[in-house]
Amino acid sequence: MTLRRPDLSQPLMLLVAALLVLMIVLPMGWLVVYSFSDKAGNPTLENFVRLFTDPDFLDPLITTLIIAFSTSAACCVVAAPLGWLVARTDMPLARTFRVLVMASLVTPPFVGAIAWEMLAAPNSGLLNQLWRAVTGAPSDEALFDIYTLTGLIFTIACYTFPYVFILVANSLDRMPGELEDASSMLGAGTWTTARRITIPLAMPTLLAGALIAFLQALNTFGSPAILAIPAGFHTLTTKIWSLFEFPPKVELAAASSLPLLVLTIVLLRVQLLVLGRRGYAVLGGKYGAPRLIRLGKWRIPVATAAMLVLSLPLFLPYAALLNTAFSPVSSQLVTPATFTLRNFYFTFTELSSTMPALKNTLILAALSATLGGLLALLISYIVARQAIRGWKVLGFLATAPLAIPGIVLGVGLFLAYTRPPLTLYGTIWILLIAFITIELPAAYQQFRSAFHAVHPELEEAGRMLGATRLRTLWDITGPLLRASVVATWCFVFVGVIRELSAAVILFTSETKVVAVLIFDLKESGDVGAIAVLSLTIVAITTVVIVIASRLSIGRDAVRLRTIAGG
Amino acid sequence: MRRRTLLQAAALVPFGARVVSAMPAAEPMTPALIEAAKKEGKVSYYNAMDLSVAEPMAKAFEAKYGIKVMVERSGAERVFTRIAQEMAGKIYRADVVNSSDAAHFIAWKREGWLMPFVADDVAKDVSAEMIDPDGLYCTQRIHLSAIAYNTKMIAPADAPKGFLDLLDPKYSGKLVKAHPGYSGTIMTATQQLSRELGWSYFEKLSKQKVLQVQSATDPPKRIEAGERAIAVDGSDYLFWMSKERGQPIEVVQPVEGTPQVSNPMGIFKSTTNPNAAKLLVSWIMSPEGQKFIVDLSGQYPANRQVKQKEGRPALSSIKLLREEPAVVVDKADQIKSQYAKYFKV
Repeated sequence: MTLRRPDLSQPLMLLVAALLVLMIVLPMGWLVVYSFSDKAGNPTLENFVRLFTDPDFLDPLITTLIIAFSTSAACCVVAAPLGWLVARTDMPLARTFRVLVMASLVTPPFVGAIAWEMLAAPNSGLLNQLWRAVTGAPSDEALFDIYTLTGLIFTIACYTFPYVFILVANSLDRMPGELEDASSMLGAGTWTTARRITIPLAMPTLLAGALIAFLQALNTFGSPAILAIPAGFHTLTTKIWSLFEFPPKVELAAASSLPLLVLTIVLLRVQLLVLGRRGYAVLGGKYGAPRLIRLGKWRIPVATAAMLVLSLPLFLPYAALLNTAFSPVSSQLVTPATFTLRNFYFTFTELSSTMPALKNTLILAALSATLGGLLALLISYIVARQAIRGWKVLGFLATAPLAIPGIVLGVGLFLAYTRPPLTLYGTIWILLIAFITIELPAAYQQFRSAFHAVHPELEEAGRMLGATRLRTLWDITGPLLRASVVATWCFVFVGVIRELSAAVILFTSETKVVAVLIFDLKESGDVGAIAVLSLTIVAITTVVIVIASRLSIGRDAVRLRTIAGG
Repeated sequence: MRRRTLLQAAALVPFGARVVSAMPAAEPMTPALIEAAKKEGKVSYYNAMDLSVAEPMAKAFEAKYGIKVMVERSGAERVFTRIAQEMAGKIYRADVVNSSDAAHFIAWKREGWLMPFVADDVAKDVSAEMIDPDGLYCTQRIHLSAIAYNTKMIAPADAPKGFLDLLDPKYSGKLVKAHPGYSGTIMTATQQLSRELGWSYFEKLSKQKVLQVQSATDPPKRIEAGERAIAVDGSDYLFWMSKERGQPIEVVQPVEGTPQVSNPMGIFKSTTNPNAAKLLVSWIMSPEGQKFIVDLSGQYPANRQVKQKEGRPALSSIKLLREEPAVVVDKADQIKSQYAKYFKV
């Protein structure tokens, strides 16, 4: 395909490139500049010396690595067998299980962490109370203590394992059954086939999943802020955030952000190498649906065990949130006598931040989904059709934010936009930029694979009949991509509602979003209002997703989330 | 008012007339002010009070004047950071500000961010030492940072009598404590306690497996929920409110003395709602506003027309530790890092 008259392409390209520079290059540039500056702005390496020698920084760094490794391992150990059970066996309720895993992804991780506090705080946690009631253990003994490193790793893993699970299950779905059939025809038993064929084929995906889990745990902010600080330790993300306390030490914050950035970039390169090998699994032309392994008498016990695993990210936390929402004291099980709507009354009529925060959140989510979706669509079109010179750069920039942890992006945007000429700090726009940037890679990847499916000939036809490129995009390509558009919109919408780490750096009192409000309420211990707000945003998210899936998306959303893993 | 100005003038004669003239004339709540405030229609109120008090108070003002109050609550140290960031970003949203760290007003005064305003009721009924000599701020109420415990978890006979008792190994793992990097109440109390007991006290306390929460409003909720038996610190009015709701909470005034926390309030010069801000301050400082705070929470009023809540101990009956906001203002950062050295966060 050759370039015809340059209708709107060139200016558009420049616009897109300029936008990406403002969103990504400028903040990251300032981040690097600040990390090599002292308070007065003179160049120095002092920040990094401090970072790697002062225990105040070294300890969080090490803790963060421990958390990331453990989370990654735990996620794989749990997600791999579950993915296999769902994709490759006749386990009952497999479809329901997949839907429920998706549902656990809608839960913002910091809400999950707060819910787990209600469940497993050593004394007031509902599970510990239950355990003491059943065993008669003394009042100062606890089965679980969520305020520990283990507790934190557990909580992060609860909301990270779905990513690994979806990757593994999808990959096993696509794996040709013939290879396994051949193996058993050659006389191998079920176990040998699994060991020699299925596991090696699934290995690259599992490794990719492990990396995604590692990155998620590395860069997460909400759960450590809620669980680590009461326990008396910092992770790197909470440390960065604490550096914004007055007097703000942005140079140190910038320097502390760089290891996260560098590590993420390195790991993403590794992931690319690993995923690159996945190709061989799907060689072999047409292949049949995989044969399901019969579990026989194990069907019911296995399904029960799987559902028990899901109770950890899903059933138990929501039970705790519901209990707190209707209860005067969160540590007591609600009874008909104590049932109260007081928390709802307080949240919706007294708490003056509720409505502005809900409004900000929904506006930002809808705007990010719409504008971010458009931007991603545009970039993926340019890249897929190699429409303009320099398309490679655009593709790179659109994927780059994958390597930028939310809190690091927050710091970068803060540094870039608290100064002229673009003083965006304090406006809703800086949050919009943050959210679009964070969600851009996932949206872009989704559209890219969608464009691969639409043959350029259809567009050529439109162009030959005299339509401009944009017109063709609108009339021909657009309708063909509808499912992807809706799925991407939903995905970004959900992502924005879950986002805390960049927002917590960038908000002002006027631009507070629900995630930040929940975090605020957490610090003052107002768990009743937290439960009500959390249930509200999860309900809104669910309604949006249901409506959107009515608009014909189906399983695309599932695949989409997988892409978003990083 | 005039009488007091004269008295002050007399007291301040050696310092010259400039200081005396700095105190602005008291402004009454005139119909013109109310009218102008209503025209503005809204006012922001940055504060560090528990939401269960701040929000109903805002609603009461709204109901009376039809002026919307945007309550911006966080820990006083958080509010301080937020305001610094907003001012640096030229975001002038803070109208009325109320902090549990009195040192903040000294810092803001140095920056020149505060607007002189003395409400009529302040001039008449608030004692002079609670008012800034330049009329830039004035104490709104006082509360304490007390010790408290859950009587279901600790028998009164086993309860600590003071701060040093908390170092007893038998309380290890049973304590919850708020953070001076977040809470103004705790910042104020930490400065007083480090002065009275030395930093070694905090070093020893940090070895007691303390549950570290942020806000001084959280320990009361934690011991009420039974998560920990004893609150090392926390806003006393919330302990009392919990007890008055029938919860098994007992308040301890430590033998070493109870940290006192004044909560000054002022108006930011950069306010875009100056009349509504003046009206809000005037109302809060009026007998009606002060009574609202006292009835709801039992904090100690600044206005002497209003009596303290019945059932609460009189301030004069408690051994109080002395506040030193002028020390805190220059030492806050040092206090925070010293604290973080022991408690790790």
